[in-house]
Amino acid sequence: MERALIDLAYVAAAILFILGLKRMQSPVTARVGNALAASGMLVAVVATLFLQEILSWPMIVSGLALGGAVGGWLSQRVEMTDMPELVAVFNGFGGGASALVAGAEVARYAQQASVLNAATVAGSDAFVIGLSILIGTVTFSGSFVAYGKLSGRLSGQPLTFPGMRGFTIGMLLVAGAALVQMTRGAGGLLVEGTGLAYPALALCLAALALGVLLVVPIGGADMPVVVSLLNSYSGLAATATGFVLNNTALIVSGTLVGAAGMILTVIMCDAMNRSLANVMLGGFGGDGDAPGAIDVPEGKTVQETSPDDTAILTSYAEQVIIVPGYGLAVAQAQHAVRELADLLQEQGITVKYAIHPVAGRMPGHMNVLLAEANVPYEQLYEMDEINPEFSTTDVALVIGANDVVNPAARTDEGSPIYGMPILNVDEAETVVVFKRSLSPGYSGVQNDLFFADNTKMLFGDAKETVSALVDEVKALQAA
Amino acid sequence: MLANIIHFVLSAFLGSEILSKVPQTLHTPLMSGANAISGISIVGALVAAGMTESPWAQWLGFAALVMATINVVGGFLVTDRMLEMFVKKKKAPPAA
Repeated sequence: MERALIDLAYVAAAILFILGLKRMQSPVTARVGNALAASGMLVAVVATLFLQEILSWPMIVSGLALGGAVGGWLSQRVEMTDMPELVAVFNGFGGGASALVAGAEVARYAQQASVLNAATVAGSDAFVIGLSILIGTVTFSGSFVAYGKLSGRLSGQPLTFPGMRGFTIGMLLVAGAALVQMTRGAGGLLVEGTGLAYPALALCLAALALGVLLVVPIGGADMPVVVSLLNSYSGLAATATGFVLNNTALIVSGTLVGAAGMILTVIMCDAMNRSLANVMLGGFGGDGDAPGAIDVPEGKTVQETSPDDTAILTSYAEQVIIVPGYGLAVAQAQHAVRELADLLQEQGITVKYAIHPVAGRMPGHMNVLLAEANVPYEQLYEMDEINPEFSTTDVALVIGANDVVNPAARTDEGSPIYGMPILNVDEAETVVVFKRSLSPGYSGVQNDLFFADNTKMLFGDAKETVSALVDEVKALQAA
Repeated sequence: MLANIIHFVLSAFLGSEILSKVPQTLHTPLMSGANAISGISIVGALVAAGMTESPWAQWLGFAALVMATINVVGGFLVTDRMLEMFVKKKKAPPAA
């Protein structure tokens, strides 16, 4: 009876998750969707608490309170620009939790005093427990490395050392061997109850190393793909835990998360014209825009411009397209940009925003940042919608974007970003690039756009230069 | 085991069907929301934390519970913060 009630509650939770995710299809219903998914979680937790024989109430209450306080604090404190890092951290905790649950199962089986011991564990169960430990732990350590890279605590440069591939393969072999040993250790093939515990520990250590080894060689530019892939893993880790505990709620919701992560991963890869294998092998990208010397490559010239010239240029335009990038977000210039757009529109100038799918540090990140600045939804255009319009546009303002506007992606077959779909800003009559220096972008590739005849560079911090531009436009209007 | 595999396959299809229709604008909230759902392992953690016959299992379960709760509470709150901005904007058109 109790079992049936729990299962019913789990089905209800799964339905709430599905309905919640379905409402994510429109910005209008998304918030309700999120609340539905959260209430699904509540149903699942409450059902488990009340109907499963869980005895240690103080532990459960203090665990929930502690985790809730930490999670709540982190989520209220975070800046929208730092969202990808936080998602990576939460992801890591999710994976870690799954691995620990599987670990608890091992501890239970290994306990001689327990009713259950290794002899009574089926080989298939032991295998799934091992899988759960493996995926969960890889997600855990990988996510924290991704966090380090995104937050700048670790270098965004791809990191490798001699013999790394060999070491990685070695760790994979250790993990595989531990998994086999766990499966064999179950079912009474090995006499001692500890037949599971030691291989599980070895598996855990190998998986910790694997998570680090898999993410460290991947450059900053590919981190969004890694985060969404790890998100998918953390879902699959929950699925594996579901198989361990024979729990439908875990299987269904874990798989939904796995699918979400997988879909976003594929979308990101397509947007960068890179295969998943290519991303995982790593070595692409650097730390992004760093303040530095303005080095002009030989045989190329750069035209510098000033806020007042740009003000005149934009004030006499018919259509202005703003191309925001992560540089804008870091400088917190989104509010100044919105002010500029409002001013221009008051004068009857059409202003549109061109959003590249990989602008920012995770899929759709730029939309969130612009939403924060109350940029009207109707002014945002996706790449395929806006690209045909650049050729009839007077001014394109590129603010803190780099790789997504690099024409080399179209023309230079030798370039690592060749083939990546880009915003065709270079087709606009005039391009003004707001940037601190001529340094290459997140991908580490030099940008030919800076040296084009119709490009003018406006050097400086995006917030300062955009604010200066706003002042100049106001002065023009007053005159 | 077979029932579990059936659940897995069906959810995978359902998930791709629903999620591939989410617009680019909402990809970041989708990711953090999905991430929060992955904290469903909290249920697993609760089950494990209740295994009082083994102290090791209990402590591992407790650690799992804390981690999963961080994931769930933080994830849903942060998603709500993001979505709130989208909704607010819909209601209030740009004040000139």
